[in-house]
Amino acid sequence: MGLKWAFAGLAAAGLWAGTAAAQDIVIPNIIELSGGGATVGAMWKNGSSMAVEEINAAGGILGRKIKLEFVDTASDPGKARAAMQRALDDKPVAVFGPIYSGSVSATLKMTAEAEVPQIMGGEAGPLTAQGSKYIFRTSFGQNVSMPKIANYLRDGIKAKSVAVVFVNNDFGKGGRDAIVKELGARDIKVVADVSTEAGQADFAADVIKVKGANADAVFVYLNEEESARFLREAKKQGLNKPLIGETTLLGQKVIELAGDAANGVKGHVGLTVDAPVPAIQEFGRKYEAKYKSKPDHNGVKGYIAPYMIKAAAEKAGKLDGKAIAAALHGLTITPDKVPGILIEATWDESGEIDRISFLGEVKDGKQVITETLPKLKK
Amino acid sequence: MTDLLQLLIAGLATGAIYALAAIGFTLLWQTSQTINFAQGEFVMVPAFFALIAMKLGIPYVAALVVAILMSMLLLGAAFRYAVVGPLLNRGVLPLVISTIALGIILKESVKDIYSAEAQVFPTLLPDRNVTLLPGVTISLAQIGVLVVALITIGGLQWFLAGTRTGRQMQATAQNPTVARILGVPVERMILYTFLINAGLAAMASILVSPIYLAKFSNGETLGLIAFVAAIVGGFNQVRGAIAGGLLVGVLDNLAAAYVSTAYRQAIPLILLVLVILFRPQGLLGRKEERAV
Repeated sequence: MGLKWAFAGLAAAGLWAGTAAAQDIVIPNIIELSGGGATVGAMWKNGSSMAVEEINAAGGILGRKIKLEFVDTASDPGKARAAMQRALDDKPVAVFGPIYSGSVSATLKMTAEAEVPQIMGGEAGPLTAQGSKYIFRTSFGQNVSMPKIANYLRDGIKAKSVAVVFVNNDFGKGGRDAIVKELGARDIKVVADVSTEAGQADFAADVIKVKGANADAVFVYLNEEESARFLREAKKQGLNKPLIGETTLLGQKVIELAGDAANGVKGHVGLTVDAPVPAIQEFGRKYEAKYKSKPDHNGVKGYIAPYMIKAAAEKAGKLDGKAIAAALHGLTITPDKVPGILIEATWDESGEIDRISFLGEVKDGKQVITETLPKLKK
Repeated sequence: MTDLLQLLIAGLATGAIYALAAIGFTLLWQTSQTINFAQGEFVMVPAFFALIAMKLGIPYVAALVVAILMSMLLLGAAFRYAVVGPLLNRGVLPLVISTIALGIILKESVKDIYSAEAQVFPTLLPDRNVTLLPGVTISLAQIGVLVVALITIGGLQWFLAGTRTGRQMQATAQNPTVARILGVPVERMILYTFLINAGLAAMASILVSPIYLAKFSNGETLGLIAFVAAIVGGFNQVRGAIAGGLLVGVLDNLAAAYVSTAYRQAIPLILLVLVILFRPQGLLGRKEERAV
C-alpha cells in the first residue's frame, strides 16, 4: 500500500513538474538590441533578466515562473511592429518594451487592441495621451520632465536664452516641442533650434552652430551614443556654455562613451543608481557585480518592469492581461511591500508614472545628485 | 565669418578621412577593376582589431600597429586572394556583388563577435584647443587628423611616383599587358595595391573612431561617402580621390550648418549627379583610355 502511494506521489510530482515547466509565464521583451538603441536595449535586457531571476528564485508570480523572450527591434519601428504582432499572436500576459518612443508609438495600438499590458521605456509625451488603457511607463514622460528642466534652466542656471539641440525622431521631437513650449511660458528665448539625425556620427557643424548662437545655456536632448558624440565634439571645439540635459545626457553610458567631455554636464535625472536611495544603490551594486558595468536609468527601467507585473498580478489575484492592466491603474507600489520597485511609484489612469526625481551633474566622470525633487502628487 | 572658417577646417579634417577611404577605391579600380563596396566596412573593422588587441593586454600604440597589420593581412591579402582572385576575369558585376556580401558579413561578424554597442576608442592626438583668431577656436585633434591624413597621402604619392615599385604599380594600372611584357611583376603589384588600400583604411579607422566611436554600423555612410568622393574627384586618379574627399567633407559640413542636418546626406549625392552629367570623368580624372 505504502509503495503504491509512493508511486502515485512520484507520478504526481513528475506530472506537476512537467506542467509547471510548460506553464512558465512567457513575457516577450521587444527591445533595441542592435542599431542606434543597442546600449539602451542591453541595459534594459540585463535589468529585466536580473529581476526575473530574483522573482523566480522567490517562487515566481502567483506560483508560476517567468521566462523572458528577447526580440530585437534593431531600433526600427517597422521591425518592432512585426515583432509585436508575432508576440501578441501567442496571447502573452504582458509585453515589455520597446524603449525607443518611435517603436512604442508604432506598437501601442496593437497592445491596446489585444488587451495586453505593455510596460515600455518610451519617454515621448504623446505616448500616454492616445487613450490606450494598456500602456505603462517605467520613467517620466516629457510632459512631466520638461517642466522640471525648464524650471531648472530658469531658477538654477538663470538662463535668459537657450540653444536646443534635439534628435529628429519621436523621442527628440517630442522633447523639443515640450521644452520650447515650457521655455516660452517662462520667457526664456530659444536662440538656436538645432535638429540632428539619429545615428549621426559627425557633430562638428552642429556644435559650430550652437557656438555661434551664444546662448546662456545649451539644452541637449539626444539618444545615448549621439549624446556622447556631441559632448566629445563640444569639448573638442571648446564650447563653454552650461550643457543641460534630461536623464540621458547625465546617464552612465553617456559618461562612459564621452569620457572627460561629460564633466560639467548638469540637469534633471528621472532615475539613477546614484540617487540617495539605499535600495537603488544596492541594485546598482548587484548589477555591476553581475554584468561588470554600471547600470543607467534604462537598467533600472528594465529591472522594475517584472516587479510591476508581479505587484499588479498579485493585486488582481490572477495572471490575466486585462486584470493586470486594470490593477496597475491607480496603483502605488512601495518598496516595503515590493522591494524590487526600488522607489515608491504610482501609475495614473493613462499609464503615466509619478515618483521622486533628482537634479544632478557630472563631476570627475561620475554622476552626482545635488537635489531630490518630490513626487508631483502625493 | 568665424563660423565659416571653423566649418571649413572641420570639413577639411573630415574630408581628409574620406579621402583616405576614397583613394582605396581608385587604387583597386585601377589595378583590378574592383569596385569595393565593402570599403566602409574596411574602415570600420580595423578599430575592432585594435580594441581586441588592447583587450589582450597589448598597449595602445602597439595595438594600432597590430590593427594595421591585421587589416593588411585580412582586408588586403586575404581579400585579394579569397574574394577578388577567383572573380577577377568575370567582369565588374560579380565582383561588386561579392564585395557587397563581404561588407554585410564583416558588419554582422563585428556585431556578433564584439558588440552591437558603440565603443570608446582612444585617440593619439592632443585634446586641446588653439585660438586662431578671436572667436575661432580649433581643436588640435582636428588639425592632427588633417595632418596625419595628409602625411599618409603625401607618403603614398611619393611612393607611387618616386620609387621603382610605385612606378611599376602605375604601369600596371595603366596597361597591365604592356607592363607584363616589360617585365613588371603584375600579380605582385596588384597585391601591393590591396595591401596599401587596407593600410589606408586602417589609418582612416584609427583617425575616425575616436570621434565617431567604434561601431559595427560605422561603415555604412563612410563607404557611400568615400565612393561618392572618388567619383566626384575622378575614379582613375589618386589626386582626384583626395580632392573629392576634401570637397565632400567641406560640403557636408557647410550643408549641415546652412541647409539642414536632415538633408545633408543628399548634398554629396546631388554633387555626384552633377559631376556625372557635366564632367563624367570626375573633377580631376582623365578620360578612360584603357582598352577594354
